[in-house]
Amino acid sequence: MQDYASQIHRCFRCGYCKFPSDYSSFNCPSYRRFRFDSYSTGGRLWLVHAWLRGEIEWSEHLAEILYTCTTCKNCVEQCPMKFAPDIVEWIVGARSDMVEKGRIPQRVARFFEAVHGYGNPLKRLRSQRAAWADGAREYAPGDEYLLYIGCLGSYDENGQKMAGALVDVLNASGVSFGILAEEEECCGNEIYMLGEMGLFQSLVEQNVGRFRDLGVRQVITLCPHGYNTMKNHYPASGGDFQVYHYTQVLDDLIKKTGVKLSSAAARVTYHDPCFLGRYNNIYEQPRRILQGVPGIELVEMERNRKDAFCCGGGSGNFITDLLAGGEDSPARTRVREAHETGADILAVACPGCLTMLTDAVKAENLDDKLVVKDMSQILSAALPAR
Amino acid sequence: MATTGTVYDALVAIVGKDFVSDRKEERYFYARDGGLMPPHEPDFVVLPRTREHVQEIVKLANREKVPVVPQGAGLALTGLVIPQRGGIVLDMKRMDSILEVNEKARYVIVEAGVTHGALKNHLQKHHPQLRHSIPDSPPTATIAANAVIHGQGRLSQQHGFNSDMVSGLEVVLPTGELCRIGSCSVSPYWFSKGPPLPDLSGLFLGWFGTTGIITRLGLKLYPCKKMRDVMLALTDRAELVPEIMLRLSHTELVEDVVAAAQPLPLRFRDTFWIMAYITGDTQEELEFKRKAVWDALWDLFESRDVGFLSLPPAMKGPLLSMPSKDTTRFADVSKGGGFQYAGPIAPIEKFPLFVSKLEEVATRHKLFYSSTSRLIGAGHCMMFSFSFSFNRANPDEMARAKTALDECSKFALEEGGVLWKADIDEQKLLMDKMDPNTLALMKKIRKLLDPNGIMNPGNWEIG
Repeated sequence: MQDYASQIHRCFRCGYCKFPSDYSSFNCPSYRRFRFDSYSTGGRLWLVHAWLRGEIEWSEHLAEILYTCTTCKNCVEQCPMKFAPDIVEWIVGARSDMVEKGRIPQRVARFFEAVHGYGNPLKRLRSQRAAWADGAREYAPGDEYLLYIGCLGSYDENGQKMAGALVDVLNASGVSFGILAEEEECCGNEIYMLGEMGLFQSLVEQNVGRFRDLGVRQVITLCPHGYNTMKNHYPASGGDFQVYHYTQVLDDLIKKTGVKLSSAAARVTYHDPCFLGRYNNIYEQPRRILQGVPGIELVEMERNRKDAFCCGGGSGNFITDLLAGGEDSPARTRVREAHETGADILAVACPGCLTMLTDAVKAENLDDKLVVKDMSQILSAALPAR
Repeated sequence: MATTGTVYDALVAIVGKDFVSDRKEERYFYARDGGLMPPHEPDFVVLPRTREHVQEIVKLANREKVPVVPQGAGLALTGLVIPQRGGIVLDMKRMDSILEVNEKARYVIVEAGVTHGALKNHLQKHHPQLRHSIPDSPPTATIAANAVIHGQGRLSQQHGFNSDMVSGLEVVLPTGELCRIGSCSVSPYWFSKGPPLPDLSGLFLGWFGTTGIITRLGLKLYPCKKMRDVMLALTDRAELVPEIMLRLSHTELVEDVVAAAQPLPLRFRDTFWIMAYITGDTQEELEFKRKAVWDALWDLFESRDVGFLSLPPAMKGPLLSMPSKDTTRFADVSKGGGFQYAGPIAPIEKFPLFVSKLEEVATRHKLFYSSTSRLIGAGHCMMFSFSFSFNRANPDEMARAKTALDECSKFALEEGGVLWKADIDEQKLLMDKMDPNTLALMKKIRKLLDPNGIMNPGNWEIG
């Protein structure tokens, strides 16, 4: 992690970070939600700088401002300065300092306690981690892929449906894969983003060690968050396996195997998950998959790809909910944008987005007009009858 | 302050709990801007959504004798929205509706918090044949605040200050009444801020929020041609720059004329860049204008006093972008996150003198500098920026930058310039030099409009 303290004063608070590239709307989720400049990236960086210099004291409110950042990376895309690529690392660095001092919001502290004690942020039993897994077998040496499900896929109701659908699609495609079931550990992506570096390192080492012991060479992740950390953080701790998000694998499989998909007449708009899009530049594969399903008409939201508006769930906010609800919540803003396209289906590729946006559809009373589905669910429904 | 609880509760009753803060973090952030003026904290930061909110807040402030400071994006850099006496900062950016575009009368009506970025996007998407004068400030700059400080933009060479392009105002007066200014005061149309009526817009434009709070603004729109291009003339003779700018303006075919000077990268040193922006609906129109620019400077080219640089796409793209991210990037030249400029409005003949002063001051104070000068009107004046970057982590450099800025401002004033978006110290310099009867008139106006002295006190404060 970078020495953010010696660099953070470089923010000019110009405000480019609030926008998408066409300036059409505010694209920083926490600024869009709260509208005080203190909740923009510039606000955060100036406040952290003030805290480091002793100009302001730590407070619960200061910590909440810092932790309402979803680390969606919109600011990184839009900031005109040379330090732009480092902004999220500065935020993470400041959080890490607060963690070390034991000065973090209660909800974040509970998130850490849950992962530390239960191996997942939902405080669910390890023995129930594979309760969803009908049709998936445990990974055995020689399997081509380890399918890493992650905490939301294992425990969250929407995530479980998504995981089940993905297993169906992979089985139908003839892929050789297995899951870790009760042996699976939290990937640590949110723990990293929230700044608990000790716990993060422990999770990485556990996962890397287990993968190594099992001879895992290729991992498919259900969740973009897991994909991100395994791809970008694990190698520094000896993670020498290949990692794919499932949309990459399915895009490949559909091309290679020529899986015949049945018609699914629908108007679909796709929401780019931050950890798939802005973090890892995966924009086209999910769109190709959707366009490969007969009957699907893909329509774009105004803010898409690098300009996609975050659902508000990143950095553990899908649990900590520091961005809170209300009509200005990022998820509700996003589903209104999706509804404006005239789409029947809002497609996602992330269990966090799936839950955040599903809840938002209900809150917006759009249940009978817009349904949120993961890509895996759309594909599973389009598989030929078996 | 003793009334905090009462005022806070009253503010919450007006705009709702989510949009009032008296917490240290908001007070810290809104106590300062990106420039070098000393901070001063507000007691409350409030985010109104409607003009009725603004009226109620102003009435409350009058009852409680609490200062009110309206704020756009806080990008003036000269501390104009630093609440010098505390009180309430009104962050206007929630009032962000674009209310009407009249295509045939070519104007738009916006709420006070609409940003230049949002209006640009809206026009491109829904009215591509129209445009407005986009300043070089970041896209979060608001239309209203930019007009209040007499900003300039891409159309200033043709149409004057951005405030000259205002076509109507709706203002909450310091005593809480809602007042319309211009044609909209007698008509549903917002086509003129004054004529043929007495032009009362001058009571609010340039006053930095000391005479009222703009809640809605009409802005003139102009034809948006399908194509734009930029031509770059170079000279190493500062004394030729005014002549070049005048000749370009004389063509009456140029959208914008900007002259730039900076010592780094080294290839820029001792060379002045004069950018002429041209537009056209067809390649033929663009070519005609290119030739006109070329012809205007041809003899200077032949005498080798002026050269033209053929711009590769990598250079042309940033120069054509609106707003210009390169302007903002100057803040990080010294990896320090700060820059500020003194931007006097002055006759263009002062360009060589000002450039020379800029170089001398920068050298003496060991500062990195740049300058961008924009022609305003058909050569009637220019905005010349004495810009210095500084490192926020280096108090000594910040102090030197402030001293350098003060020196440049005083110099420009002595040379006949008028300081633009003057900070409170510069306002004093201006008022010291001002015709006493003018000053007395300003005082009367302020006293008449704002009997309790609650509006952005400390600014345009006449003893």
